[in-house]
Amino acid sequence: MLILNCPYCGESADETELAPGGEAHLRREGPESQDEAFESYLFHRSNPKGVHFERWRHAFGCGKWFIAARCTATLEVFGTYAAQTSCPPQEIVDKISERRPDRRGASGS
Amino acid sequence: MKRYSAFAIVREAARHHLGWQRAWTSPEPRASYDVVIVGAGGHGLATAYYLGKNFGITNVAILEKGWLGGGNTGRNTTIIRSNYLQDPSAAIYEKARSLYETLSQDLNYNVMFSPRGVMMLAQTHHEVRGYERTAHANALQGVETEFISPSRVKELVPIIRLDGPRYPVLGALWQPRGGTARHDAVAWGYARACSDMGMHIIQQCEVTGIRSEAGRVSGVETSKGAIGCNRLGLVASGHSGVLAEMAGFRLPLESVALQALVSEPIKPIMDVVVMANTVHGYMSQSDKGEMVIGGGADGFNNYTQRGSFHHIEETVRALVETFPMLSRLKMLRQWGGIVDMTGDRSPILSKTPLDGCFVNCGWGTGGFKAIPGSGWGMAELMAKGHSPLTEAFSLARFREGRFVDESVAAGVAH
Amino acid sequence: MSTRLKSGGRRIDRSRPVTFSFDGARLRGYRGDTLASALLANDRMLVGRSFKYHRPRGIVASGSEEPNALVGLEEGDLFEPNQRATTTELYDGLTARSQNRWPSLSMDFGAVTSRLSRVLPAGFYYKTFLRPRSFWKHVYEPLIRRSAGLGYAPNPEARDPDRYEHFYLHVDVLIVGGGIAGIQSALAAGRAGARVLLIEQSAHWGGRSPADHSGGKQSVNNIPVDKYVDECLAELGTMPHVQCRTRTMGAGVYDHGYVLAYERVGDHLPGEGALRHRLWKIRTGRIITATGAIERPIAFPGNDLPGVMLASAARDYLIDFGVSMGKHPLVLANNDSAYETAFLLQDQGVDVAAIVDARTGDAGGVAQEAVERGLRVIRGGGVSSVKGRRRVEGVTICDQRGAGTALEEISCDAIAMSGGWSPAVHLWSHSGGKLTWDARQFCFRPDVDNSARGADGAPYVIAAGAASGEMTLAAAVKDGHAAGLRAAAELGYNGAAQSEPVATRVEEAAIEPVWIMPSQAPVTLREKAFLDFQNDVKVSDVELAAREGFESVEHAKRYTTLGMATDQGKLSNINGIAILSDALGRPIPQTGTTTFRPPYTPISFGSIAGSQTGPRFLPIRRTPIQDWHEEQGAYFEPVGHWRRPYCYPRGDESHSDAVAREILQTRNHVGLLDASTLGKIVVKGPDAGRLLDMLYTGRMSTLKPGRCRYGLMCSENGFLMDDGVVARLDEETFLCHTTTGGADHIHAHMEDWLQTEWWDWKVYTANLTEQFAQIAVVGPKSREVLERLGGMNLGRDALPFMGWCEGMLAGISARIFRISFSGELSYEIAVAADQGIELWEKFLAAGQDFGISPYGTEALHVMRAEKGFIMIGDETDGTVIPQDLGLDWAIAKGKDDYIGKRAQMRSHMIDPDRWKLVGLETVDGSVLPEGAYAVASGKTSIGQRATQGRVTSSYHSPTLGRGIAMGLVLRGPERMGDELEFPGTDGQVYKARLVSPVFYNPEGTKQDA
Repeated sequence: MLILNCPYCGESADETELAPGGEAHLRREGPESQDEAFESYLFHRSNPKGVHFERWRHAFGCGKWFIAARCTATLEVFGTYAAQTSCPPQEIVDKISERRPDRRGASGS
Repeated sequence: MKRYSAFAIVREAARHHLGWQRAWTSPEPRASYDVVIVGAGGHGLATAYYLGKNFGITNVAILEKGWLGGGNTGRNTTIIRSNYLQDPSAAIYEKARSLYETLSQDLNYNVMFSPRGVMMLAQTHHEVRGYERTAHANALQGVETEFISPSRVKELVPIIRLDGPRYPVLGALWQPRGGTARHDAVAWGYARACSDMGMHIIQQCEVTGIRSEAGRVSGVETSKGAIGCNRLGLVASGHSGVLAEMAGFRLPLESVALQALVSEPIKPIMDVVVMANTVHGYMSQSDKGEMVIGGGADGFNNYTQRGSFHHIEETVRALVETFPMLSRLKMLRQWGGIVDMTGDRSPILSKTPLDGCFVNCGWGTGGFKAIPGSGWGMAELMAKGHSPLTEAFSLARFREGRFVDESVAAGVAH
Repeated sequence: MSTRLKSGGRRIDRSRPVTFSFDGARLRGYRGDTLASALLANDRMLVGRSFKYHRPRGIVASGSEEPNALVGLEEGDLFEPNQRATTTELYDGLTARSQNRWPSLSMDFGAVTSRLSRVLPAGFYYKTFLRPRSFWKHVYEPLIRRSAGLGYAPNPEARDPDRYEHFYLHVDVLIVGGGIAGIQSALAAGRAGARVLLIEQSAHWGGRSPADHSGGKQSVNNIPVDKYVDECLAELGTMPHVQCRTRTMGAGVYDHGYVLAYERVGDHLPGEGALRHRLWKIRTGRIITATGAIERPIAFPGNDLPGVMLASAARDYLIDFGVSMGKHPLVLANNDSAYETAFLLQDQGVDVAAIVDARTGDAGGVAQEAVERGLRVIRGGGVSSVKGRRRVEGVTICDQRGAGTALEEISCDAIAMSGGWSPAVHLWSHSGGKLTWDARQFCFRPDVDNSARGADGAPYVIAAGAASGEMTLAAAVKDGHAAGLRAAAELGYNGAAQSEPVATRVEEAAIEPVWIMPSQAPVTLREKAFLDFQNDVKVSDVELAAREGFESVEHAKRYTTLGMATDQGKLSNINGIAILSDALGRPIPQTGTTTFRPPYTPISFGSIAGSQTGPRFLPIRRTPIQDWHEEQGAYFEPVGHWRRPYCYPRGDESHSDAVAREILQTRNHVGLLDASTLGKIVVKGPDAGRLLDMLYTGRMSTLKPGRCRYGLMCSENGFLMDDGVVARLDEETFLCHTTTGGADHIHAHMEDWLQTEWWDWKVYTANLTEQFAQIAVVGPKSREVLERLGGMNLGRDALPFMGWCEGMLAGISARIFRISFSGELSYEIAVAADQGIELWEKFLAAGQDFGISPYGTEALHVMRAEKGFIMIGDETDGTVIPQDLGLDWAIAKGKDDYIGKRAQMRSHMIDPDRWKLVGLETVDGSVLPEGAYAVASGKTSIGQRATQGRVTSSYHSPTLGRGIAMGLVLRGPERMGDELEFPGTDGQVYKARLVSPVFYNPEGTKQDA
């Protein structure tokens, strides 16, 4: 039973208030894109056993989408941040580096 | 292999059962094999078994990082049915179901396949129409199903409440030859038969790398050293993505937790399997007497094999509404498994961009029932390069938009 | 024989006798008894039958670890199977039945399996019942099912009359276990100022301390331990930020500090309709698991006979209930703790037959005391057989290090055994806490450096006292204190100034592990030494599993069923793991444990369901006109969260007749539909048009204020997900109608794109579905009805088709859309929700002379099908794209992009062989079966009958007097006039021609009238 802090309303939201929305920081591929890129955008997911950047909506709260950096193996949450960004904020990247020094790459994808 | 029979038990009983052999051997790996299968769950073991039985390929190793059958094969709710809507699904699940019919005899291992019937309740008019469509489709697919009336539902399931306050039972899709089997026994039976054919089941052996030469697979690196192979089958459920990355390609998979639970055992009160998709719950009674209950999956990526309690709560609440006598029974144990979900919630049985490397994964919440059919098709695919059973489940479908989508007919797929 | 002594029993009130019945016999106990203590007081040593062999079984334990004493409690609606007698508090009139026996407990035909146990070893069922094949389902399995299944099944029609509820709580520190360690933790954390909840599964505080540790004679801070417990509780009671609850069990620890607790509020005070169980959902900063330790049985031949009991349980029955387990009990142990049982029994005047101590090492203080007390102690001894059929009558003593050669026989009527103690690590382990092997105490204990971690990555589960392996009173008190301080400090509460409690220190001699007794027991004895009493798993079974290659602890568990009974292996797991390790020649820690899963002990399904049952189960959303529909006796169907009228039957009219009447009334005159359930989402802002152009396949930005346009919404994967009419309210504002089931997820879909993709666009959305009542007035007389209400000009030119206007209609502020889902002249009127019923009734009055009447969803469906309009969920199923439905006209040609556009360009989506929408007309006018498939010739590569289309909707059209249908057919629109065959599940083959899907008024003159 996760508990995530909604960066908009500041509430510590119980999982029952939240709707998960899958991997974050995907770049939309439009009508000009190649088949392979479009397939990848729709279906290929990093699905890591480890640090995952993922979208959540505070569906039964303020209604806003936000992004959580969370470990899928331990459920540790490194932080949450506004959805209006294409990469995680530096402080969260730093925290992940500190908590998971062996992890390669600290970006969203 | 010594054959199992009542006679053998009596014979061994005289020796206080000291004379039984190992059900499967536990060898050290050889330098190379014709075929290496990664993953000794039901699907991996069945793939190996049919490679040997149907194609005479027995120089096979099955590598398992934990203990055989320890993943979703041993964590599911053991339901077997083939009343799927889409043709390719119905084909592979019905192949599996029909193989289950004789699996105990084929393996000389009692997997306790019990065709006690599977019933999917229709609790909205929309569901009635959906299941009527499925019944029509099944008739043409060679899957025996029928849409039955509420009174017939009550006859088959005396503990059901037809006129629940929220969703009355309007009928059901009934597959009389669906049922259940003993999940562990399926893995153990296949393992014993594979071992008997001379195949190597190597447990506690984790794959750490995949080797290739000139675009073709040549072997794997493992915690027990390098092992060469001509063909490689990745049959590792939620961990397939990690293996695919080693092989240099990506899979459309996400791993999420799915939970199940059992009640304390009671004397038989429900013979059939009941699935209530509108309220996300399904239930059967095991031979031991436990009510075996499953529900919906979590929506977020998770590798912990623990799920969230609110799913259990919603499922139990729905089932108490549907079967009011459950209220004073008790939940004995709940557990979780990690299921690998694809973009269209149907499995992947496919060649991959790496020549000689094949993948079988993405069974999501519905893998157990498919094990024999999946192994049959996968073995054919690996032996011959193509199989009618697996054709629709290729990786290419995600690029082409040629999905096999079962969500049409059911809210939960189980 | 077990018996109630003349004195003693701190839990019972001898002045308040209670009567109860067991298997029909009326028996007496006292207020304060458990069912188990009362049965023992009545010399009921045989209380149940085991699962597999139906062996006679007695009470082994005194708490929730009891594997044998399970009963069916009460009758009828109140019946509950598998209730543990040891945790059932006795009340007047209690009725219990023993289980898994027929016809009676003492004479059980099922016990024949015990005679056959030689041929029924672990996993025998995997090796037999193979032939003939049909026998499994029809003979073997029914036989197995009947003999298995421990408890009786409730009556199929049983309706639980009791109530259940959920309770939510946030605390800083949750302490599970009201024993001395938990109490000490609560004091420390409470004194530091933390918000504390202390819970205890039994009805009493103090746990084992008053019965253990020198028989309760040890002290804390020089206060006798039972008095110390009272004083602590009194102090906790003065702290407003500390709550203490008994009869509340820590059931499960989930992630991020979520803990489930199960309070048995009313089990001991039964009364129909009472609150029975309360499920606590707790979020806690830290959890201290002070759950104590569980004594292990000893695996000796015959250890399952009634009369063999844990030494700790024997103490409990003596001290708490004044019940002696026997007149001449024997004590069997490998550690010091069981000596206390002998001493306490002796103190009560019970003649202890002997203390058989398997150890050979230096005797400690207790052995010395035993000798001083004149008790016979047999060092290095073991038991190689037990005499008696249904209860213990004597034992054969052997050398523990030998193979069981008889040394002497001792007459005794009970055996108190102790194989050492295992910390109750369940809650510690539930969400990932690791264990370590304690090679001094021979048990798994929490690895304190590897606790479960919370959301912040910090350890948040702290084990304390015996649950952490701190077995002595002094250590447990100290550990509990430290745990409470640590938990509080980690959350910012400083309690460092407190002084540490000090308890009596008593030196104990070391335990020596005894996994099988005697250690060289041959297989014939191993076949009689039970590990799992309920599931009848013996030492020889685990060894058989190892022999056959079931080497993993999980394999061995599943193969033998060890630990899978209703006690979940609380008594058997460690012994089983030790036997398995020994058989495989590997150290115990390498074998490891199986996974601990919630709940700690079983919890009722009723409590999980809570109060949200019956009318509170998935509450129904109601339109402002719902009461009226109900008063009219409408027949409803569930649609999404709503329940909509399907039709309004009059008198004994059938549903189909009612539907036909409603359609004809509407087509010929005028009908009314409650359309309030349709989704209504306002999209507003300078970029609103731009957003809608992306969300819909059509172009909405060019829509003029005052006009409406039909729109299609697709997923990014290309599939049609919703449709509806969009009205432009002003330059910056659009009102988007969605399907009834779609409002919430379409609003979420809009917000998803707006917030996470185009967050710089200036748009707001709001879901106003429930703010408005919406009524469709449909039929040739609809304009006249509206005009009779007065206030608005609704002439053909003033409000043309696909236009909307606002004004006062009959004095009610209304927005009127001239749109049609039936092909008739039609208006949809939206008013504030609280005025919906008023307007509805005004329409009914105004249209009375036209016979105006409401119609339901089925009439709506038939009329839309007559007109060839698609229905989301009928013509679409998540695999259909707009192009399949001939809706290319609703896709803007020149638009660069919309959600789903790229997906619709993939090869399979532009395949000319896709199935496309057509009308279907049966040759004989009959109704095609819904969902039927059109067959093609031959079979497919996977051996199935080839198909070329399917029916998506099919109805009898009362307007046309014949069956009409829509379907998706291979290249359908190119094949008009072709005849297809649709085999029904009724054995008939239906023939239908491909026709236009628009059956009614294809010119569109009616809706445009």
